[in-house]
Amino acid sequence: MKQLILKRLVASVIVLLMASVLVFALSRASGDPRNLFLSEYTTAEQWEQWGRDFGLDKPYPIQYLTWLKGAIRLDFGKSVKEQIPATIVVRRKIWPTVQLAAGAYFFAIIVGVPLGVLSATKRGTLLDLLARSFALGGQAMPGFWLGIMLILIFSVRFGLLPVGGRDSAASLVLPSITLGWFAAAALLRLTRSAMLEVLDSEYVKLARAKGVSENLIIWKHAFRNAIMVPLTFAGLFLTALLTGAVVTETVFAWPGLGRLAIQSVFGTDFPVMSAIVLFATAGYLFVNLVVDILYGILDPRIRHAE
Amino acid sequence: MESTVQEKIAGSEEAIGRPTRYWRFFRRYPILPLIVVIAIIISAVFAPILAPHDPLVGNLRDQDRPPFWQAESPISGKEGLMTFPLGTDPLGRDILSRIIWGARFSMIIAGIVIVTGAIGGTFLGMVAGYFGGLLDEALMRLVDLTLGVPFILVALATVVVFGASITLVISLLILFSWSGFARQVRAETLRLRTADYVLQARIAGASPTRIIARHIVPGVTNTVMVIASLNIGQLILTEATLSFLGVGIPKPNPAWGSMVADGRAYIDTSYWIALFPGIAIFLVSFAFNFLGDWIRDRLDPKLRQL
Repeated sequence: MKQLILKRLVASVIVLLMASVLVFALSRASGDPRNLFLSEYTTAEQWEQWGRDFGLDKPYPIQYLTWLKGAIRLDFGKSVKEQIPATIVVRRKIWPTVQLAAGAYFFAIIVGVPLGVLSATKRGTLLDLLARSFALGGQAMPGFWLGIMLILIFSVRFGLLPVGGRDSAASLVLPSITLGWFAAAALLRLTRSAMLEVLDSEYVKLARAKGVSENLIIWKHAFRNAIMVPLTFAGLFLTALLTGAVVTETVFAWPGLGRLAIQSVFGTDFPVMSAIVLFATAGYLFVNLVVDILYGILDPRIRHAE
Repeated sequence: MESTVQEKIAGSEEAIGRPTRYWRFFRRYPILPLIVVIAIIISAVFAPILAPHDPLVGNLRDQDRPPFWQAESPISGKEGLMTFPLGTDPLGRDILSRIIWGARFSMIIAGIVIVTGAIGGTFLGMVAGYFGGLLDEALMRLVDLTLGVPFILVALATVVVFGASITLVISLLILFSWSGFARQVRAETLRLRTADYVLQARIAGASPTRIIARHIVPGVTNTVMVIASLNIGQLILTEATLSFLGVGIPKPNPAWGSMVADGRAYIDTSYWIALFPGIAIFLVSFAFNFLGDWIRDRLDPKLRQL
């Protein structure tokens, strides 16, 4: 087990280093960073001086190592746009995205889990068909379009909810639905199959044979097993969060990480972009590592392998 | 005795009645998704013949026309016409024609990407799984990298640096899609490698190339087909998302994603500009997902967790 964790940890660090090379290459491919930071009024001496100060006269590998040394200490340089450290710019936007993610996951659970249970217990009925269509359709739904349609219906037509921004609790509703739609569909699917599996198990058959009422079987015996589904799915949700947030926050002008990411890319603010991409990659690797370790702890077959 | 049983079965089927039999037919074969997919392929192939208008050149006299069933547009005051069944955009371009041409772009990109990604990913997965060692380790870290890095952001940054073009979009999507194939094919190859018939081929002196071509490839074909069919829907969505964010198929080409983006600004007055292209994305992606599910259940039910 310890060896397994160690091996995975080394692999994660390698992947993170590869990501850092990718990010660095992208930022250098866009041209001399001095073009971003210095204005056209800079004299030739200042230009040279700046280049020497930041090691731009050295070959790329050396430049990369210098940059990496900073990145390891979470120093990605100053944001081109705001002239303050990129890490601070990023940190300011974390909370709105966490709020949005929480809202989305809440929506996914209150929609996906009950529908999944119903769909499994009323198997083969119209309700099941509708729920399964939602599960399949949810994964085909373009998030940006869903967001715009929600705005069309609830903001433009009925004037119930704000079009965008982050002013009140009401402005959280539509973005949460947009971001949580895919997760709701996935949760429905997972809950349904988990419930079906349990309802088919020996102990449920025994309970039925003993004459336990169907309600008790569903909620006490079966649902307790399905309740793990939202927990295990949370990891998957987190790893796909940033991509969803980019789209959702763009549509709803939500001032979070996704919007910051888009703005930094279009504004060629590479310090901020590098920080976001590397944080996201690290987050993905971390979540996967934790999930693997948890599975290892919970499942002795994995623990004793290798 | 046997005949009575069969009679009983036949009788019970009769008792269920005719609608149920049609119902069963629809449930057994994905008729509706198949119709959608065929329709979209036909519009992609015959776009120049099918589209009633030029997708790029509009007539300002016909700008902002609502769909044909709507009597009058609230802003332009124009009525819907059968010649523009789904209305027009502010440049007077026919929405239906643009959707039909958009199908061509969407299908060409999805086709190229899925074929290249499948062949490349399968090849790398087989090589990694068969030979193992350092090569395997390196390739798997590369897979981790493509899965871990936030794809949309890296794609955005690349397009901002190098400029938008269809070739670049296709290349980026290929880089993103091969890893799923490689990972699954590698796992499959690891299993096949120790199969008796492969070991015997080895003892008989077959070269690795021959073993891979004659014994591994047929073993992984089903898996590859299933992953390909399951991935097309996701691929169409990703391409649409890139186009929506303005870094996919360059304008003024009619891409579904960028049509939705165009319509976003007019959502309070001309809902049809964003509505219909989004429905096209949703329907096509949904149909491919459904077919993918069906193909998986037919070819390789053990891939259910994918």
